[in-house]
Amino acid sequence: MNAMPGWADAIVVPLISVLIAFAISSGVILAIGESPVEAMTLMVTGALGSSYGWGYTLYYATNFIFTGLAVAVAFHAGLFNIGGEGQATLGGLGVALACLFVPWPHWSLALIGAMAAGAAFGALWAALPGWLQARRGSHVVITTIMFNFIAAAVLNYVLVNVLRPTGSMDPATARFPGATNLPTLGEILGAIGIPFSRSTPANVSLFVALAACVAVWLLIWRTRAGYEIRAFGKSDRAAVYAGISPVRITMLAMLVSGALAGLMAINNVMGEAERLMLNAVEGAGFIGIAVALMGRSHPFGVLLAALLFGFLYQGGAELALWTSIPRELITVIQALVILFTGALDNMVRQPVEALFLRLRKGAK
Amino acid sequence: MIRIRTLAGSAAAFALSAAGALADPALIFDLGGKFDKSFNEAAYNGAQRWVQETGGSYKELEMQSEAQREQALRRLAETGANPIVMTGFAFGDVLNEVAPDYPDTRFAIIDAVVEQPNVRSVIFSEHQGSYLVGMMAAMASKSGTVGFVGGMDIPLIRKFACGYAQGVKAVKPDATVVINMTGTTPAAWADPVKGAELARSQISQGADVIYAAAGSTGLGVLQAAADENILSIGVDSNQNHLHPGKVLTSMIKRVDIAVHDAFAAGAAIETGTVLADLKGDGVGYALDEHNAALVTAEMKAAVDEAAARIKSGETPVHDYMTDNTCPAASF
Repeated sequence: MNAMPGWADAIVVPLISVLIAFAISSGVILAIGESPVEAMTLMVTGALGSSYGWGYTLYYATNFIFTGLAVAVAFHAGLFNIGGEGQATLGGLGVALACLFVPWPHWSLALIGAMAAGAAFGALWAALPGWLQARRGSHVVITTIMFNFIAAAVLNYVLVNVLRPTGSMDPATARFPGATNLPTLGEILGAIGIPFSRSTPANVSLFVALAACVAVWLLIWRTRAGYEIRAFGKSDRAAVYAGISPVRITMLAMLVSGALAGLMAINNVMGEAERLMLNAVEGAGFIGIAVALMGRSHPFGVLLAALLFGFLYQGGAELALWTSIPRELITVIQALVILFTGALDNMVRQPVEALFLRLRKGAK
Repeated sequence: MIRIRTLAGSAAAFALSAAGALADPALIFDLGGKFDKSFNEAAYNGAQRWVQETGGSYKELEMQSEAQREQALRRLAETGANPIVMTGFAFGDVLNEVAPDYPDTRFAIIDAVVEQPNVRSVIFSEHQGSYLVGMMAAMASKSGTVGFVGGMDIPLIRKFACGYAQGVKAVKPDATVVINMTGTTPAAWADPVKGAELARSQISQGADVIYAAAGSTGLGVLQAAADENILSIGVDSNQNHLHPGKVLTSMIKRVDIAVHDAFAAGAAIETGTVLADLKGDGVGYALDEHNAALVTAEMKAAVDEAAARIKSGETPVHDYMTDNTCPAASF
């Protein structure tokens, strides 16, 4: 069990997996006739080389922190919530309704209200699959992914038929009122004297995401409910024997998971677009799975993995802009990361463990 | 296929973008795909013609999802591209937000009006062009039933349908126009399978000429019509060559000219709203060797006469978007 120290488990193994994923991706880039070195330089400079790049990297990372945490919480209860996409979609609807129909006096109050609405809508969307799992045994993997499609259809209907302003052709809501516009990272950093690009969407939601990381850590490792979630996730039968209600824990984990995914909407809907449109989630719900896998379901790991994927996303957009490498290549890298950190975890883990064992023997 | 010249190497790209001196124009395609053989491809062809004439280079971006529009616009503006041309009404709202942040950059948008000092808005009189092809459809139809397959159900596409229906009714007042829309979201611009299904359903209702105004969804409509041995009408680009002898004509919308003109004017492009109508040859119908056998002399004479009357204002064609009603069709 303790073949290697915790830091190695949390950092070294994922890092090696990422390096292998990058190595194979370089092969793909070579195969389509582009230079991997140039592509990598372009990605690094594009995503981290300017405050503009950082702004977008952090914006994407904020999305991925929320969805990554959502998947991580469910993982701890042994549930595979792959409905982050739909929960974030519904969260967006909640945020949009809160922003459009409540006359908020100040952005801070609007943020709190939007957070409540987004989390509530996301939690509601996770509650139904959660209830079906807990009471009926319908597998949560099947139901959550089906709920993604239902969420997309609901959003489609609402935007086309209900929330689209008269005279507009685009299926999107009206712009949110000015009082709900969140301060961007450029404005916040500018206020304390740090120059930062003002045309990027990174906003105050980043700090909410960081706070959510701490809150999830507290919940999972410092509360009784968190203990019950972990116990249930490790062995549901042992948990039942210990007097933990499977229904209660399944519901709790799914509600928290859905609420976290729904919270993402304060970043992309309220912070960036300032209106609700189709496909606002842009696949962040699915990337959350990779982020949680890579981060080993620990909030700090999720934070690091979210930053990595934020970098990949922004770097990938730059690639698509400046080279003929399609943006989809990022999907390839992402898929490889999931493959190595999830499916082929032991391929990397066992050699690393063996190495640590040998080192330990050598030290003795 | 001609490959677009991209900047040689990333190092050069950075040197230029850092200096903000990249004065190349840029073109952004909205959802539906660059090679839709219709609307987006017309824009692409305009840009290509400019490349051939001047030897210049330009940047282009293709949207993959709705949420990318703002980043794409900002990124191109940040790199100093000027002017930035975008296709599609859906950019309207985003551009209205982004344009004021880059007062030194000129933007051009096709199919939407954005009231900003640095934006040129190009809109077309699609109802006039559709009226002409509607007349041709009615004259070519033997069954007295013609079809219309639209892409996304928006006022702009209803404007096409309404103009078409008016043209049909002008020739045969008792003709039936079957109107179907593919969907309510931008996905409707890129669904040729559904387009083909709608066309088949219209054929089973008796339609023997079908007009598609649906981006690449229309390719499915044209294919189904050719398979079922009836006539179809293309849109935006000249699509007569897709199925020679099976495409009656195409309602041409000169998006290519709009893009070409914007690129040619460069950073000095005039702003304001530009209306490309029948009079200015912004819209029209296509006649070439692929449909010469289908268009009779009588048909051509009637359409050209109507075109002259529309240009002079004698025959007004109702524009659906002025009051969201259509005298010749119901939606």
